[in-house]
Amino acid sequence: MKILVAVKRVVDYAVKIRVKPDKTGVDTQNVKMSMNPFCEIALEEALRIKEAGFAKEVVAVSIGPSQCVDTLRTGLAMGADRGIHVEASYSFLPLTIAKILKSLADVENPGLIFLGKQAIDDDCNQTGQMVAALLGWPQATFASKVVVLDKDKQSATVDREVDEGLETLSVDLPAVITTDLRLNQPRYATLPNIMKAKSKPIKKMTLEDLKVDIKSDIEIVEVTEPPKRKSGVIVSSVDELIYKLKNEAHVV
Amino acid sequence: MACKVTEFGAVREVWAGFSLGHETCCSLRNRVDSTKTQRFVIGCQQENAAFPYPDTGVILTFQLSLLFLVVVELITNIFFGKRELDVSAGGRKRIMMMIRRWRRSGDFLRSACKSLTSLRQKHNSMSPSVSGFVNRYESKGKTFESNAWNDHNRELDHHSCVGGNLWMMQQYKSFGSSSSSASKLQRNPLFSSLEPRDVSFFNEILGGEKYVVQDEERLETANTDWMHKYKGSSKLMLLPKTTEEVSQILKYCDSRSLAVVPQGGNTGLVGGSVPVFDEVIINVGLMNKVLSFDEVSGVLVCEAGCILENLATFLDPKGFVMPLDLGAKGSCHIGGNVSTNAGGLRLIRYGSLHGTVLGLEAVTANGNVLDMLGTLRKDNTGYDLKHLFIGSEGSLGIVTKVSILTQPKMSSVNLAFIACKDFLSCQKLLVEAKRNLGEILSAFEFLDNNSMDLVLNHLDGVRNPVSSSENFYILIETTGSGETYDREKLEAFLLKSLEQGLVSDGVIAQDINQASSFWRIREGITEALQKAGAFYKYDLSLPVEEIYNIVNDLRGRLGDLANVMGYGHLGDGNLHLNISASEYNDKLLGLIEPYVYEWTSKHRGSISAEHGLGVMKANEIFYSKSPETVALMVSIKKLLDPKGILNPYKVLPHSFFSP
Repeated sequence: MKILVAVKRVVDYAVKIRVKPDKTGVDTQNVKMSMNPFCEIALEEALRIKEAGFAKEVVAVSIGPSQCVDTLRTGLAMGADRGIHVEASYSFLPLTIAKILKSLADVENPGLIFLGKQAIDDDCNQTGQMVAALLGWPQATFASKVVVLDKDKQSATVDREVDEGLETLSVDLPAVITTDLRLNQPRYATLPNIMKAKSKPIKKMTLEDLKVDIKSDIEIVEVTEPPKRKSGVIVSSVDELIYKLKNEAHVV
Repeated sequence: MACKVTEFGAVREVWAGFSLGHETCCSLRNRVDSTKTQRFVIGCQQENAAFPYPDTGVILTFQLSLLFLVVVELITNIFFGKRELDVSAGGRKRIMMMIRRWRRSGDFLRSACKSLTSLRQKHNSMSPSVSGFVNRYESKGKTFESNAWNDHNRELDHHSCVGGNLWMMQQYKSFGSSSSSASKLQRNPLFSSLEPRDVSFFNEILGGEKYVVQDEERLETANTDWMHKYKGSSKLMLLPKTTEEVSQILKYCDSRSLAVVPQGGNTGLVGGSVPVFDEVIINVGLMNKVLSFDEVSGVLVCEAGCILENLATFLDPKGFVMPLDLGAKGSCHIGGNVSTNAGGLRLIRYGSLHGTVLGLEAVTANGNVLDMLGTLRKDNTGYDLKHLFIGSEGSLGIVTKVSILTQPKMSSVNLAFIACKDFLSCQKLLVEAKRNLGEILSAFEFLDNNSMDLVLNHLDGVRNPVSSSENFYILIETTGSGETYDREKLEAFLLKSLEQGLVSDGVIAQDINQASSFWRIREGITEALQKAGAFYKYDLSLPVEEIYNIVNDLRGRLGDLANVMGYGHLGDGNLHLNISASEYNDKLLGLIEPYVYEWTSKHRGSISAEHGLGVMKANEIFYSKSPETVALMVSIKKLLDPKGILNPYKVLPHSFFSP
């Protein structure tokens, strides 16, 4: 079985982001970029399933400009077998990405597609669900535990973290799984693996190859910072608190 | 003393070292070289110190042999006609000098710290002298320099000092442990005690009780140092807001002979920021404004109470970084950093504060405000006095403003966590890193297995990045402007080291999160030590090849009594030696000190690389500095602070200031 893992190159989680002066987006010049933390967890899970013997190959895929190759190299250094880079000049919205992943899945025929539950730059939480819908495959999102039962049965048991608690699903393969934070702790890229990664292939594909229509119905109009939080006021007595709640906040 | 005996047949030349009085210190060394010439260097110690006397038998033997040799010379001169017995004025003078020297040798021997025989074994571990001794011997030993014998030995002596001088001194001191010297410390009776009129005066000039703290709880924290090892009993803490207020406070304290302690973030590790007795604490924490920042040159001018991390946060959006970074950055003040010449993790890249501080404003003991707040990179007009204040630990003046050169922030930061089998590989890795990573290398830290275990046991959410447990771990950080280029450089260097066998395993951080977790391990050792119980902390500068030898030696010496750990800034040759035990006990301390200081001194290291002397090591300064240098330091201190009110009992030995 082949596992396809989609990874996204985003602004590093620990960097303090700033909005560009022209409000068209977030400033990504001279800013540290790295793999989306949820995608790291997805890749780690795929690797663990391969090490358990249920999969033969883990393929990492990334869609974006040429620097995405760095992210794919990280993925290869963690242990993926090969990478696919889909060249794109600007960042796409989830529906476009989902269409691209669908075309790739038609070509590669994986048994499982792993994605991070959301990307930390747009927090959309849509791509995984859209891919499953386009492919007509079952989906298990916000996975906090994945157990692949066995190759013959071709199904997996997934624990999902939902608002009410944990939900356990059994999904037939092929399926789409998106990963949540508590699923695992991603491994570090060790030197021997980095050395091996240098010889692993990264295939470059273009949008024409995949015959994907990238016209988007959504256009980003403006990006602004949230309004600055006003500092709180310390009140000296309960009476003053009630006065303020009544007359200033108008909540009582 | 020096006694030259002409060589005749089997007569050997004997040289003995000169000692110049009470405060000199030199040591005894017996060196045998291949020309079968024995040179003795006699050492003596400061009179006040307690030390074991050498065997009487040894002294007698030595004196008798000297006497014998003197007699032999006289006889050979007379009988073999090499020289007429010169009974002229010059000749008699010469003989008198010889006799005088011989007499003095007895005195010196009696006060030598170790017996001849015990030092004999150490003749292979010679080290170059501390500069003061070399000069002294050169001036005294004019007769020695001109002869061929001198030149001959110069080649043999590869640790030769300036001027081809023969003498190599080691410092051997055993002053007794620091804790015992601290406990012997008496409050200087010349200092006044705090009176109500003083408090009202301070109330007046500072503008209210908010700035004049007498509250027990707050004083409790201000009186105790970060390690909870030193506690003072001050009754008053002042919080000035401007330099003018600091000046007025000091002027008053000087006139009243009230001792003061300048305090910043109180994160020092040698007890230099807390009172010893009831000194008034002057905390500059309220002086925390950034005064100006030049975005072109990167010069930042700020008040001394600015917290280092806040300054870094201020500079970040402007695209600059502070030239120093240390574990205490969340609490330490820049004024304190400057006053203690803090080092930190990035010294290997940005250099020390002596280079990056462009100017400062300080207030001396009598209230004089010294405005040396230049923002110029180059200014060669007169003596550069700011260097006196940088590293003086608040004993010469209170720093109130700092002008510092910040560095452009470079976006590409990479961090690798490496495991090495032995210390030799670590050293080789350092050499290779400096050569191959060169300009992008920004930090090179090491920690040993014991430190890693301590951190894993006592801190949460920390895991060993490398899967196997090795003897040594190294952190290499690179900072540069080209992301891909730097990454490739680091990877290529590490893979080559892996192939060469210098590195047994390693991990490269893929994002800032992973990088922080690696740093957490290195920076968290101090925290883990606190949680583990009692600890003794030493900060030594040693030649890189010797750094780990002291850890091994101390481990052998302490055995099961305590856990010895070594970690530190390998790139700067700075070892943080820590001994962790379940509780403090004097027996353990006696085994550690002065062994550690003597070991360091023997290998020409510094007993305090970056932590400073504070109160912990004030009396131990002689292990790393010569008596003349210390004497000059004392004169400077007395010049700038005649009553000694600024941070007393610290930095310089107590004996110079006790009435």
